[in-house]
Amino acid sequence: MIALSDYLILGALLFSLSIAGVFINRKNIIILLMCIELMLLAVNLNFIAFSYFANDMAGQVFVFFILTVAAAEAAIGLAILVVLFRNLNTISVAELNTLKG
Amino acid sequence: MQHLIFYSFASILLFTSMMVIIVRNPVRAALCLVLSFFTSAAIWLFLEAEFLAITLVLVYVGAVMVLFLFVVMMLDIAETPLQEGFTRYFHVGIFVAFVITIEMIAVLGASHFGLGILPSPIEHPEGYSNTKALGRLLYTIYVYPFEISAVILTVAIVAAITLTLRKKKRKTQDPADQIKVCREDRIRIVKMSVASPQKDNEEVES
Repeated sequence: MIALSDYLILGALLFSLSIAGVFINRKNIIILLMCIELMLLAVNLNFIAFSYFANDMAGQVFVFFILTVAAAEAAIGLAILVVLFRNLNTISVAELNTLKG
Repeated sequence: MQHLIFYSFASILLFTSMMVIIVRNPVRAALCLVLSFFTSAAIWLFLEAEFLAITLVLVYVGAVMVLFLFVVMMLDIAETPLQEGFTRYFHVGIFVAFVITIEMIAVLGASHFGLGILPSPIEHPEGYSNTKALGRLLYTIYVYPFEISAVILTVAIVAAITLTLRKKKRKTQDPADQIKVCREDRIRIVKMSVASPQKDNEEVES
């Protein structure tokens, strides 16, 4: 049988990969959004693994809500991205310095 | 057999998520992300979360990733200048990720969450339905959060449409302008004497 720790370590690896992605791809907002989705996926994997091994369905309910919020976040993030590209003609994070004091 | 399937799916998942963060082309990154979502749906099936696995495939692969691909292809982004900082933060990124991994493995390893501590749960009977159990929870205990999530989705729709809607000239009626209109805006009464136009006409004819 596969232990809980295997799932948790898989989730940890996925999470740290997506954190490395946020560090590495500092120029491209689209890849940053994808890394956030990967982080949420890792969190969901942890929730479902604990829900299975603790025999408690509440974890799956939480995953359901995280999926909902993540879908809303992706939709709004991409809409902001489209508006940004329309105004600045770039999606590079380095160009977004209008609010710099 | 179960270990073989799990580890192959896990390695596919890690490989594709690594491809997501290091690949240069955003379209390829989105396609790799589709594959990693699909693979993790298969892993969720191992954990008997059938409804959520199908939801992940339908919602993420079917809707969110298609949205990502749509935006990536619509924006027409040049590949090369976006990756300038790739090597600059590469080392610190790898270092931070490595340290996080080591720490998490130390905490979540087999000595704390192994099979000896948390054994595999009992098998469910044959007619057990994951969807039915989840739905029973969602519609009873969690019904308020469920409705709030519906509100969140509506807000997301409205926000996304409002953000991207362009203010351009359309052939639409503005009810405020229609109500505001008064007689002076529409007609102009020109006072003129009765005889003079005839005289003007005669002058033109002659």
